[in-house]
Amino acid sequence: MYNNVLQGINHVAIWPVISFIIFFLFFLILLWWVFTADRNMIERMRQMPFDEASPDHTPNNPEA
Amino acid sequence: MELEKFSYDNKIVKAFFIATVIFGLVGMLVGLTAAIQLFYPVFNFDLQYTTFGRIRPLHTNAIIFAFVGNAMFGGVYYSTQRLLKARMFSDALSWVHFWGWQLIILAAAISLPLGMTTAKEYAELEWPIDIAITIIWVVFAINIIGTLIKRRERHMYVAIWFYLATIVTVAVLHIVNSIEIPVTLFKSYSWYAGVQDALVQWWYGHNAVAFFLTTPFLGLMYYYLPKAANRPVYSYKLSIIHFWSLIFIYIWAGPHHLLYSALPDWAQSLGTVFSIMLIAPSWGGMLNGLMTLRGAWDRVREDPVLKFMVVAVTAYGMATLEGPLLSLKNLNAIAHFTDWIVAHVHVGGLGWNGFLTFGILYWIIPKMWGTKLYSTKLANLHFWLGTLGIIFYALPMYVSGVVQSLMWKEFNPEGFLVYKNFLETTVQILPLHMLRATGGGLYLTGAIIMTYNLLKTAGAGKFIANEPAEAAPLSATPAKQGGGWHHQILENKPVLFTVLSLVAILIGGIVEMVPTFLIKSNVPTIASVKPYTPLELHGRDIYIREGCFNCHSQMIRPFRSETERYGEYSKAGEYVYDHPFLWGSKRTGPDLHRTSGKYSNTWHYNHMLAPDAVSTGSIMPPYPWLFEQSIDKSLTAGKIRALRTVGVPYEEGYEQNANADLDQQASEITASLKADGVEVAPETEIVALIAYLQRLGKDIKADKVASK
Repeated sequence: MYNNVLQGINHVAIWPVISFIIFFLFFLILLWWVFTADRNMIERMRQMPFDEASPDHTPNNPEA
Repeated sequence: MELEKFSYDNKIVKAFFIATVIFGLVGMLVGLTAAIQLFYPVFNFDLQYTTFGRIRPLHTNAIIFAFVGNAMFGGVYYSTQRLLKARMFSDALSWVHFWGWQLIILAAAISLPLGMTTAKEYAELEWPIDIAITIIWVVFAINIIGTLIKRRERHMYVAIWFYLATIVTVAVLHIVNSIEIPVTLFKSYSWYAGVQDALVQWWYGHNAVAFFLTTPFLGLMYYYLPKAANRPVYSYKLSIIHFWSLIFIYIWAGPHHLLYSALPDWAQSLGTVFSIMLIAPSWGGMLNGLMTLRGAWDRVREDPVLKFMVVAVTAYGMATLEGPLLSLKNLNAIAHFTDWIVAHVHVGGLGWNGFLTFGILYWIIPKMWGTKLYSTKLANLHFWLGTLGIIFYALPMYVSGVVQSLMWKEFNPEGFLVYKNFLETTVQILPLHMLRATGGGLYLTGAIIMTYNLLKTAGAGKFIANEPAEAAPLSATPAKQGGGWHHQILENKPVLFTVLSLVAILIGGIVEMVPTFLIKSNVPTIASVKPYTPLELHGRDIYIREGCFNCHSQMIRPFRSETERYGEYSKAGEYVYDHPFLWGSKRTGPDLHRTSGKYSNTWHYNHMLAPDAVSTGSIMPPYPWLFEQSIDKSLTAGKIRALRTVGVPYEEGYEQNANADLDQQASEITASLKADGVEVAPETEIVALIAYLQRLGKDIKADKVASK
């Protein structure tokens, strides 16, 4: 069902290193993305659950 | 700016939440029954459909897919419409989703007691149901993505991110883990064998917890907790970091379910490291939830909705700290296979999923029926019964787990096991199991009180089937360019977002699985390991049907306490013909991987008929039907062919002679039974099961004899 494409795993130490690098880069990009985000936009996103678009009650904005 | 008038569909939300309550009660009742069976075996009712081995998967499936699943769908349908300012994409798809899912649950409720199971935990359902799940999941996905496309809100709130990640990841997990080769309409074999099967299964099992029980409920938390507290989430930035790091890291941690097993060591270590890293995003999320209540803690004292949610989020925090700690090898060596794990999952299940669901129900039912909760007093009573229930459940199980582990591992000064007989460790923890059932009973009582309270609430109000709303179409609100292109990318483009989530979750799975599948040295072959004989194959399928793996492992870890008790530790190469693997995850009874030759055929015969008479005090149920039912020899050829397709080296054409071999082996066993005065027909199921049990570990023992 599966083929043994590679015969051994001689350089197994490279796997955790690759994993670490992938995650570390991912995390750095994530932090950069979050901390360069526009403050107003973040605040608007934060308030989204309170904007129900219902005509019978005005959108409540608890902290505004 | 012109506003469009539309309405939110509450009817579908109502349907899903009714299903949640019904299946919650059923699932908990089944769980309570299973708990009682473990100290009063008479509650197995001597019926094959109600033994623990079949009831336990019914309980887990009912709770995960029926109770939590329906709560997830109801919660998602309500919040998605409001967060995107749009009715669901298609009412028809919503109802296909609803009824399709309920039919799947019905199929599970019928097929699991009938013993139709793939033996893979939380993926027990057989292949036709697997296909149905895939179809209904795609319907759900189309409905959500369709709603995203016709949304009137440009930005996607973080809850929607969690929903999308759930949809994508569950699809990947379900499909990869369910690849199987059908033998009949109700029977299939896993495509993968042994170690690979175990890795795929626990990659699935771990991430089913992550992406079915955790991410959708985090999405719900980010919507309903702010709504109930009437204040926005503490830190939106933290929620973004929470989301991406959680989905990225979670997918790597699966191998922590297989520590000290025959899985390659590097994969085990990878699982441990990523599990420890998982603490950070999990606690970030928990703190974000709890901090949302800053300045509102006085309301937590009065509002049952907030009470339930606070305990839910706290339970999430406890379970997600405990999980990584349990994935440390030293702690895992103690806790694995014991009741500790049962305690751990129930802190998550009862605390996090159960209490968040209850909190949402108490909030949403009065809202959708335009009224107030019938009785806050009853809700508070439910809260306390539920909380006590969790404590009475978890504490005895923690104690029981530690007691089990210490007894299994205790040596006397002469170097012998103090509790050589496994049964001594079983009997010791029975009082704790009784306490656990009491906890479960309290929790169920609370849920019954909730049902009454919610029915009264609905009765007092009037259901708002279509809630009117109005909002400007997306085309009328051009995207503002603030924040830079990189921010527009994620929040404004749902499809791209979905693809990125998919990439994030695929990386971990690929790094873990590709080497295990492709590298020869990861599964060293053992020359003496041979495929199962036709009779053993039938026996193995009976073992699977009866759910023996729910209580008995087939994985001896390389500890002296285990090799002394059971025999040589298990090797990866021993499982190369095991479709599916049957390592098990819990030892209610002893490991069986070295059973071969340990007891006589007659012992097994008597033991399966009346376990208590052979081993006094045993809590194993009797299996009288195995002595009346016969194996279906017409299936032998199909089984052989299916297994050959997935790589078991049965010779071409062997299926024609297989039944002759089967008869031969069966007559040898019946002859040996007859010598002890037991008369049994050779095609009886018990004969096949004995053949299988006498095979477990035989190859390795033969290897030893040959090399001597």
